[in-house]
Parts: sequence; C-alpha cells; structure tokens
Amino acid sequence: MAHDTNASHTALILKVFAFLSLVTIVEVAFGIVKPASLHLTSFLGTSPLNWIFLILTLVKAYGITWYFMHMKEEKKWLRRSVVWTSIFLISYLMILLLIEGSYLHEVLAPYVKWDY
Amino acid sequence: MEATIATKEHHSWDDDKSEGKPLKSSYGKMMMWFFIVSDALTFSGFIIAYGLMRFKFIETWPIADEVFTHIPFVHGNFPMLYVAFMTFVLIASSVTMVLAVDAGHQMKKNKVAWYMFWTILGGAVFVGSQAWEWKTFIQGSYGAIQMNDGKIIQFVDETGHQVTLESFVTSHGGEREQDVRSKGLWFTSESALPEFTVAEVTEAYKKHSELSIRTEKIIAATKSKEILSREASLNYLAEGKQVVKGANLKVNEYGSTLFADFFFFITGFHGFHVFSGIIFNMIIFFNVIIGTYEKRKSYEMVEKVGLYWHFVDLVWVFVFTFFYLV
Repeated sequence: MAHDTNASHTALILKVFAFLSLVTIVEVAFGIVKPASLHLTSFLGTSPLNWIFLILTLVKAYGITWYFMHMKEEKKWLRRSVVWTSIFLISYLMILLLIEGSYLHEVLAPYVKWDY
Repeated sequence: MEATIATKEHHSWDDDKSEGKPLKSSYGKMMMWFFIVSDALTFSGFIIAYGLMRFKFIETWPIADEVFTHIPFVHGNFPMLYVAFMTFVLIASSVTMVLAVDAGHQMKKNKVAWYMFWTILGGAVFVGSQAWEWKTFIQGSYGAIQMNDGKIIQFVDETGHQVTLESFVTSHGGEREQDVRSKGLWFTSESALPEFTVAEVTEAYKKHSELSIRTEKIIAATKSKEILSREASLNYLAEGKQVVKGANLKVNEYGSTLFADFFFFITGFHGFHVFSGIIFNMIIFFNVIIGTYEKRKSYEMVEKVGLYWHFVDLVWVFVFTFFYLV
C-alpha cells in the first residue's frame, strides 16, 4: 500500500489478461499454420515468422512486468535499475554466444558426413 | 554516537516512517526484485546456451512441431495445442494472483483467499501438464534408429508422415536377454532392451517398398527434414547401431540429444520454480486464512509472493517461444 490507490484495478487487470491471451492465440495460430510467405522467406537473418514470434514475446513480457508485477507504479529508478541491468546483460551474453554458435556451425558443418 | 546505535524507535528500513525509504520501496519488495534480476540472469544463461547449441547444429535441430504433438486422452497429431493450453493456464493463474494482490490492497480477506486458491490450483494444473509432457517425450512416439556416428534416422511412408516401428517390424525374440539380478547378474544392471534389433528393422524395411528413411538434415528451401531414396536408405541402415524409442539424456529418437538435454534441464528448472512457487503460495494462503495479514493491516506478503509467481510466468513466456515457436 505504498501507493494510496485503494481503488480496484480489476477492469485493467482483465483487459491485460484479454490482451495477453489474444497475443498467445495469435502466436499459436501462426505456429500451426506457418504461412509459407512468412516461414520460408528470410529477413535480417531469420524468417519474418520468427521475428513476429520474438516481438510478440517481448510484448507479452512487457505486459506481465508492467501491469502484473506493477513495474508501472514503482519509482523510476527502481524500474530502470531492474530493466536496464537485465536488458544490457542479457543482450550482451546473447549477442556474443549466438555469434559464436554461428561460427561453430560454419566451421564444423562441412565436416559432417551425409553420404554413406 | 547516536548515528551508529539502533534506537528503539528506528529498528530497520521498514520502521522508517519518514517516507525516506530508498526508492519508496519496502525492504522485502526490493530484495525480491534483487532475487528476480539474478534469477532472470540464470535463466537467460541457460536459454542462451540452448541458443548457442542450436545455432551450432542449426542444420539438424529437431523441429518442435514434430516432437510435441500429443494431447492427453486423444490420439492423433496436434502440434502446439497442449502447450498453448499450458501457457494459458499459467497466464490465468498470474491473473488470479494479481487480483489477489488487488483485493489485498482493499483489505478484503475472503477475496484474497479465494484468488490465492485459484492461483495454487492453476499452478498445480501447469506442473501436472508439464509432468505429462515429460512422460510423453520420454516414452516417445515412433521409434528410430541411431547410427554408429550418433545420427538419428526415422521411417516415413509415401506421404512423408512418420510411421511407428511396431507397424512394420516383427520381432524374432531379440538378440539376447536383458541383464537382471534375478538371472544371477548381481554385478551389473541395464534398462529394458529395445523391442527390436537393427537387423529386424533392416529386414522389415527391405520388404516394405512404400517406406523411406528421413534423416536429421533440414532442407533450407522447405524447412523440412530430408527424405532419402530407397538405395541411399539401405546404405544408411547398414550403419545402424541401435533402435531408439523416446528420449533421455543419452539418446533422443527425435534427433539431436542436446535438444532433449536442454529440454529436460530448462523446463525442469522452470518446473521446479513453479513447484516452489506453489509451496510459497500455499504458505501465504494459510496465513491469509488464519488472519495474519489482517492483524498486520497489510497484505504486502501477498504482493511479494505474487512478484515471484509472475516472474515464473514471465520465464515461461520465453521458454514457450524458444522451445516451441521459433
């Protein structure tokens, strides 16, 4: 009760719930149908379908953190110290290791035997 | 002197009524955020390691839609649907949790208790579903053959759909008996032998001209696994080492063993978080019922445990994307 908003937020919570469910349904529908124009083409290193999935995931993560974990109502610098720290460290590790993974593939794949 | 002595009026961070609390946050909530950030880094370390290995074996990684295709009590091929249900259950239990926090702000004890109850129930359904998903994955669906160099080959019919080994192979009783204590082999033990031998599968394959063999290799243009000609198939079969059914940490009928390793490790670690979350929720639930927070005039404990519960949901959103969607 740090914030004196004792009014119920039920309506907002249900709206966020509806939104998150809708995003999940869209993801699952795309995952089942996999339209060839999105799935078999390439855009910035991966298929547009994968980009859609990644962006929708981040949207869902935002909804959960901001509205369910009440990040929206925390002080600005509490929010920033949590969000900026995590985003910086995770992107750092992710970029390095994914580049490394592609390199390993490039080096090793030619040596895998496929003719018997 | 006074500055270094804990006086009676001022014991801790939370007793400070001067509104001078760092970031206007209670001590407990701040520490929960500390924990969540470090746990998020742990999870991202695991998921990124999965990404590294997936990029390393990008050409041969199993296609999730072909691995997780089952629904309880229903036969058939239904990719995505069950895991979508699990995701929905976890989001719904997050919603009841946040409603419990909201009811706590208004000091409505009964409402808090009921919403906590639904949250615990949702968590239990999720963990149960996860256990079922593991069981199905461990038991496997079609069976495959592992080659001497570790590659997996599977069997498909003319339409390109996988067929089970049982549907075309007949067993002649196997090469040997399983080593068990009751047969005097007290010094050794092994798990059940596969139902068929490689020789039996090869023999049956030669008789069924409608079958083909599918390798782990992904054809970039169609994003589907490569299907071999009949002649090439026999060369692959000649390299067969063992018959594989299901998945474990050593071998995986769906393809790369690393896929199974990471699946068990990451969903297992997440499932353990859900399990401990259920325990925390139950403790808080009983405290709500016996009126602890009513006497304390604050339901902040519900809020703290809620933060943890939402975090578990947040992690699942990412696990769902990287294991099932992308």
